Amino acid sequence: MQKKRLFSSLVIASAAALVLSSCGSSNSASNEPPKLEAMKSLGAGEGAVNIVAWAGYVENGSTDPNVDWVTGFEKETGCKVNVKNGATSDDMVALMKTGEYDVVSASGDASLRLIYGGDVAPVNTDLMTNYADVFDNLKNQPWNSVNGVSYGVPHGRGANLLAYRTDIVKPAPTSWGSVFDVNSPYKGKITAYDSAIYIADAALYLMNTQPDLGIKYPYALDQKQFDAAVALIEAQKPLIGEYWGDYLKHVASLKSGGTVLGTTWQVNINLAKGEGTKVEGIKPAEGSTGWSDTWMISSKAKHPNCAYLWMDHIISPQANAGVAEWFGEAPSNAKSCDLTADKNHCTTFHASDDAYWSDVYYWNTPTEACLDGRTDVKCIPYSEWVKSWSSLRNS
Amino acid sequence: MLQKISNAMHKNSRLRLASLLAAPLLWLVVAYLGALTALFVTAFYTIDSFTGNVIQQFNLGNFQDVLTDIAYRNVVLRTLGIATLVTLICAVFAIPMAFYMAKLAKPKSQRVLVALVMTPLWASYLVKIYAWRTMIEPETGVIDWLLGPIGIHSPGFGGPAIIIGLSYLWLPYMILPIYAGFERLPNNLLDASGDLGARNWYTFRRVVLPIIFPSIVAGSMFTFSLSLGDYITAQILGGKLQMLGNVVYQNFSINLPFAATIAMIPVLIMGIYLWVVRRTGALASM
Repeated sequence: MQKKRLFSSLVIASAAALVLSSCGSSNSASNEPPKLEAMKSLGAGEGAVNIVAWAGYVENGSTDPNVDWVTGFEKETGCKVNVKNGATSDDMVALMKTGEYDVVSASGDASLRLIYGGDVAPVNTDLMTNYADVFDNLKNQPWNSVNGVSYGVPHGRGANLLAYRTDIVKPAPTSWGSVFDVNSPYKGKITAYDSAIYIADAALYLMNTQPDLGIKYPYALDQKQFDAAVALIEAQKPLIGEYWGDYLKHVASLKSGGTVLGTTWQVNINLAKGEGTKVEGIKPAEGSTGWSDTWMISSKAKHPNCAYLWMDHIISPQANAGVAEWFGEAPSNAKSCDLTADKNHCTTFHASDDAYWSDVYYWNTPTEACLDGRTDVKCIPYSEWVKSWSSLRNS
Repeated sequence: MLQKISNAMHKNSRLRLASLLAAPLLWLVVAYLGALTALFVTAFYTIDSFTGNVIQQFNLGNFQDVLTDIAYRNVVLRTLGIATLVTLICAVFAIPMAFYMAKLAKPKSQRVLVALVMTPLWASYLVKIYAWRTMIEPETGVIDWLLGPIGIHSPGFGGPAIIIGLSYLWLPYMILPIYAGFERLPNNLLDASGDLGARNWYTFRRVVLPIIFPSIVAGSMFTFSLSLGDYITAQILGGKLQMLGNVVYQNFSINLPFAATIAMIPVLIMGIYLWVVRRTGALASM
């Protein structure tokens, strides 16, 4: 009898919790981003700034004593920098939704989700002295602005590379075909990036090798094209030793030889080389997927002034040169090119070479309305990409 | 005032009980059951396919996805298999070890042995799993270096590596309850069994096992449930293999309701497991 009473009181309590939890705020889908105001004027710093960033974007000398563009900023502004690295764009979106972070270095497959989700606020670019020096063709792009309203400052851009161990993989690969070749001699030692966005890499390869599919843009895939891309990565799965999301584990695998071939970022190559690994990264013949990142400010930022100070700092010529060189990407600030330690850095990374970027497809968020302008078909939205990826990873 | 309260308490036993239990019950209901309820409710929501924001609208789509996609059935079976094997391996190692510790070792070495079993629990989970990573690493790892010359090779990253890692991690949780079980087993029962002509194996099967069975079940609840929810070992040692925890980890940032749906599966499995254990009566004698 008493047991029953206890049970019924528990049921009532759970029901109460149920009602409570369903009373939270609800966001529904809309075609316009929520109306949010950009900051009007800059005040004094709040003493700290919480940042979500890609590994290698916020370095305070603890990775390498010579790589430090944070300590100076902290001394100058009094804003203590707390950084949280995100492994994938999905991580970053989730972290920004918590409202605990002020700024984020968002790639194109995160930026629009953040804007339309109301997680980031418009940015008043007049409050940043260095914004004027940013390359014009990076400003107000589809991934960092909506209807002419800027939602962030361009950080830099780069291509996802094909990494290979020079002492093991011979001859050196020239095509993404090497990671999709079912008869590869490196079976079991190939890696791929552990995110749904990797489907675009397969689509890019098909765009070049199977023109019949008619893929024009790897982030705009109709059902048939999408199925072909997924089939390709399914066929690739037996070749994969490990998918990588954690860059440190990835670097360790390259070093130990557990991974000898596969997609990577320049910064991983640099880290592995720093540990004596014989490894190189190339942009294969088909071109590549890549990123053009944007620093954005949270709509719930608790340290908005420090956030603006940080955004202004990270695109300043000195800091932008530092991060571009460390991460291995093209800087966004035109003046950075004079300040890199390697004077050829901007040439090597094609900072102002538009031809080079013509076959680099920056990460973007696939939507039902095809991003390549087709209106006769529906494209597969990113949520379906995620489902297929999850299904592939667990099968 | 205080006097009044104490008088009221003295008269009313129910009030006394209520004030004693209020704090723990609040914790149990709000923090513990509340979180579980939130999980359960969230499983019926869906998300905006573009922004990933949760839409609070009753919807069975997540359950449909889980039930129809064969990948998720596979991952459930795989996780169950791994958890079962880990539990069996732990039991096989733990029973003789606990028996030795409780019955054969001298009191002094007994204490040392208990301490030794506990020491791995003092080291960080991550350190231990990364250590196993360097051991299992194919070709360059410790196992291949040490045992390669005699023809034993590392299994490489994957299911076997996960099972090795988890068995190593949870072994103390199996040894300690069984050790406690053996401590309660009177020595004269073993002697009596021997005197009546039972051989060792027969004594073990008919006398020892029934008595320590509840302890094994207690241990198995730790090893089984811990393995069921683990995702870090699978991430580090699993190669491209995933367990249920990984599916939750992979989806919680993009599709929280779907992750909640997946997270219900281990809860359900543990519920069934506990129910079966209760039916065997092992819980009552624990």
